[in-house]
Amino acid sequence: MTLRNSNAMSGIVLGVLAVLVVPPPVALSADDLNAMSHDDKSWVMAPKDYANTRYSGLDQIKVENVGKLQLVWSFSVGADRGQEAAPLIVNNTMFVVGPYFGVHPNQVFALDATTGALKWSYAPKPNWAAAGVACCDVVTRGLAYDNGKVFLATLDDYLVAINTEDGQELWHTKLGDINTGETVTMAPLVVKGKVLIGNSGGELGVRGWVTAVDEDSGKISWRAYATGPDKDVLIGQDFKPFYQDQQGKDLGVTSWPPDKWKIGGGTMWGWIQYDPDANLIYYGTGNPAPWNSNQRPGDNLWTTAEFARNPDTGRAKWAYQYTPHDEFDYDEINESVLLTLPIDGKDRKILIHVGRNGYMYVIDRMSGEVLSATPYDTINATRGIDLKTGRPIKNEEKTPSIGRNVTDVCPNADGAKDWQPSAWSPRTHLLYVPHQHLCMNWKTAEVGYIAGTPYVGATVDMFAGPGGYRGEFMAWDPVQKEKVWEIHENFPVWSGALVTGGDVAFYGTMDRFFKAVNAKNGNLLWQMRTPSGIIAQPVSYQGSDGRQYIAILSGVGGWPGVVANAEVDPRVRNAALGFSGAMQDLPAYTTGGSTLMVFALPLPEKPATPPAARPGGTP
Amino acid sequence: MPPLATRLARLPLAVACLMGLVGAAGATRAAESKEQFRVCADPNNLPFSNEKRQGFENKLAQLIADQLHETVTYSWWAQRRGNVRKTLKAHLCDVIMGVPTQLDMLGTTRPYYRSTYVFVSRLDRHIDIRSISDPRLQRLLIGVQLIGDDGFNTPPAHALGQQGIVNNVVGFPIYGDYRRPSPAARIIAAVQDGQIDVAAAWGPLAGYFAKHAPVPLRVEPITDTARFAPLRFQFDISVGVRKDDRGLRSTLDVIIAQHQPEIDALLRSYGVPLESTGLGGIQPASTSATER
Repeated sequence: MTLRNSNAMSGIVLGVLAVLVVPPPVALSADDLNAMSHDDKSWVMAPKDYANTRYSGLDQIKVENVGKLQLVWSFSVGADRGQEAAPLIVNNTMFVVGPYFGVHPNQVFALDATTGALKWSYAPKPNWAAAGVACCDVVTRGLAYDNGKVFLATLDDYLVAINTEDGQELWHTKLGDINTGETVTMAPLVVKGKVLIGNSGGELGVRGWVTAVDEDSGKISWRAYATGPDKDVLIGQDFKPFYQDQQGKDLGVTSWPPDKWKIGGGTMWGWIQYDPDANLIYYGTGNPAPWNSNQRPGDNLWTTAEFARNPDTGRAKWAYQYTPHDEFDYDEINESVLLTLPIDGKDRKILIHVGRNGYMYVIDRMSGEVLSATPYDTINATRGIDLKTGRPIKNEEKTPSIGRNVTDVCPNADGAKDWQPSAWSPRTHLLYVPHQHLCMNWKTAEVGYIAGTPYVGATVDMFAGPGGYRGEFMAWDPVQKEKVWEIHENFPVWSGALVTGGDVAFYGTMDRFFKAVNAKNGNLLWQMRTPSGIIAQPVSYQGSDGRQYIAILSGVGGWPGVVANAEVDPRVRNAALGFSGAMQDLPAYTTGGSTLMVFALPLPEKPATPPAARPGGTP
Repeated sequence: MPPLATRLARLPLAVACLMGLVGAAGATRAAESKEQFRVCADPNNLPFSNEKRQGFENKLAQLIADQLHETVTYSWWAQRRGNVRKTLKAHLCDVIMGVPTQLDMLGTTRPYYRSTYVFVSRLDRHIDIRSISDPRLQRLLIGVQLIGDDGFNTPPAHALGQQGIVNNVVGFPIYGDYRRPSPAARIIAAVQDGQIDVAAAWGPLAGYFAKHAPVPLRVEPITDTARFAPLRFQFDISVGVRKDDRGLRSTLDVIIAQHQPEIDALLRSYGVPLESTGLGGIQPASTSATER
C-alpha cells in the first residue's frame, strides 16, 4: 500500500460515502459532542468518550484479519521528544500535537485523516522561559475539540482556541506562570461549552487546581484548588463525602500543619471523566508536595483524592482520598472508567479507578463509596484497603524515610500504573490495562544538589517486580475482580490502550513494537517494529473512503525513559551494575522519535488496479 | 582545547608527574570543545552564577580558563531536576562548577571548599542559636529551603520534622519564582523583613545575601547534628565533570590545588562560610556573627 494508492481510492470511495460523512453545518451543543463521541467514524476526545472507554465499535479490523494490517501513511510532528498525545479525528480531519520542544513547541497539525495530506499547522508563540525551568516533562497528552474549535494547552500554561477550518487562533488565555514551576501537560476535556484543564508541577511548590474556561470567550469560569479552605476547593453545603474522616469544614486547611497547604501539591495532569446523566465530572488529584512527609503530619486533603463536581459551577459533590498522608508519591491522576456493572446482583453506576497504589478501585460514582479495592499487581507497601474507612492499611516495615533503608517495596514510587489510560470493551466486559511492574529499594545517603544547595536524598533503586518483567498489558474482569489474561513486557507499558468492535486490543511498547492482541484471550495477532518506542494513545476511526484506520504516535522520551532504566533481573541491583550500566538498557532498543503512524487493512484486490501499482509510475 | 599533553605542559612539571593516570579522555574533549572551557550554569542563581557572570562560580570558571588559556563559554540552564542529564551528560558543556563531592552521578574534582548549613537571623533579635536541638526552635518561626523532589528536602527541614518541629516551620521552594532575580534568596529577605525569626539555609547563599542585606544579620553554622545522621549539614564542593572525563578532572585537580588560596579569598569575598576540607591550604573561617 502506498500513499498514492490510498489517495486514489479515497477519491473514489468519497463520492459514494459523502452523504454519510458530511458534518452538520451548524454549531453543535455539548450534548452533540457526547453524541459525536459515540459515532465511531470519529475520535473527538482523547479518551474517545466521556466515560473514558477508548472503545471503538468499528469492526472491519478483527481477530481474523488484523494480521494483514499495514502502514498506509505517516507524518512527523517534527520534535523528537516523548509523544504521549492522542490524535483527534473529527469529520475526516485529524488533529495532532507535538511536545514542547524544537523550533515550534506544541505545534498543532490538521491532516486529512484518510490521505494524510496536511491542511494547516498552528505554532504557538511561547514565552520562551529560561531553558530547564519546566523541570522534567515536555510532553502533551493531547488536544480537545468542540464546536469547530480545537483547544491546545501549552506547557507554558496557555490555553489556545484554534479554528478547525483554517488553523487561525481565536483566543488564548493564560492559566499560570511557568516561572513558578507551573506547567500544563494534560489533554483538556470540553464539557457543556467549558474547557476543563489542570496544572502540573507539584514538586516545585505548585498548588494544584482544575479550571474551567468558556470555550467561546476564553474567560475563566471557575477554578477549584486541591488544597486550602472550602471556598477555594469549591466545597459547599451540597458536598457529601461518603467517609466520615472526609466530612468537616475546611479539611484542606486543617489536615495540614499551618499554611503548608499553600504549597501543598495535589496537581491534576491526568484524565477527567463526565457523566452527562448525573451532570458530574470526575477526576483524581496528585500527591502532596513539596514537603517531606514528616513536615506535613495529617491526611493532607485533598491530595490523592477523587472528586465528583458539577461542571457548570465546579462545586464538589463528593470526594474520596485514596492515600491519606501519601509517602510514596502516589499521584492519583490516573483515569477512571464510568460504567454500570452488576455488583452483588444489582446494577450499580460505578467508576473503576486503576490506582497508582496497585489497587483496582470500584467506586459508587453517585456516593463515593468504595465497593471494592482489589490488588492488580504486587503490593507490599500496604496490606489492603479497609472498606469501612476507605483507608489503606499501612505496612510500616515498607515505609521509606530518611535514615532508613527499606528494600523490596512494591509498587515503586511511580506506582503500579501511571497516566497511561485503560480501555473498556462492552463486548468482552473486560478492562484493558497497560501498566508497570516495578519494585524499589530505598537507600538513604545519596548526596544530591539542586541550584547550589546540597542535601542528602535517597537512591531509589528500581527493578523488575517478581517474575523479572517490568511491564504488563492485562485484561481485568471488574465483576469477578480478577485478571483474565496478562502479557508481560520487558519495559513498563507506558502507552494507552485501545479496544475495538473487532475484539482487537492495541498497545505499544517502549522497545518499539505496536501490537494487536485478541481481546478475549490476549493472543498476539500482529505486531510491527516502529521508528521509536511508543508511549502514546492509539485511536481508531473511519476514513472518508469507508476504511477503518488505527493511528498512534511513536516517540519515547522524558520520564518514561528514566523509569525504563529499572533493571531487568530482579537479583541485580544498581550496586552491582551501577547506574550508568542501567542507563544502557533502553537506548539499546530505541532512540527518540516523532512519527505519527496510520494503519489499515490492504485494499481488496478485486477493483481495477490502483494507479500507483503501475510499474514505473512516477509521482 | 589543545591536547592534554600540551595543557599539562603549562602546569608545573612536578604536579603533572603526579597525574600518571590521565587517559585519553582529554583528547576526546579536545575534539569537542576547541579552546573553550565549556560551563553549564544557572543564569539566575546568585551567589553561585548568573548570566552577567557575577557569581563566584563564574569567577572561578574564569580563573580556571585563564590557567588553561581558554575562553569560558556558557550553556545557561536553570538547575532543576534533570539538569545534569540534559546539560553536562548531553555534552552541552564539560563542567558544572559547584556540586557536592560525593555526588554519585558525576565525576568530581578535589573539593575546593566545604561549607555548612547555617541559621540566619537579624542581629538585633539576639538569636544566637547554633544547635539544631536548641529548645528555642520549638517556638520561633523558622524558614527552611524546600526541594521537594520526591520528598527529599534540605537537611534542616528533615531534622526539624524528626523533632516534631512542624507547625512553626515555613517553606521556601528553592526554585522560587524564576521571574525574579536570585529566586532562592527570598528566604533571607524574609528574615530581614521579620516574616520569619530564623532561616535554616545553605551557607554560601545565606552568607552572601546576609553580607549584602540592608540590616545586619547573624550567620551561625548549624551544629549538634550527629544524631540526625545520615543527614549531613556540611558538604564538600567540587567541580563536576562527566564520569569518564578523567583527564579533565585531573587537570582541574591540579589547578584547584595550585590556586586554593585565591579560591579561598574569592569565596570569602562572597561571604561564603568556609570550613576545612581537610586537604590543607585553608584555615577554618571564623564562623561568628557577621558584624556590620
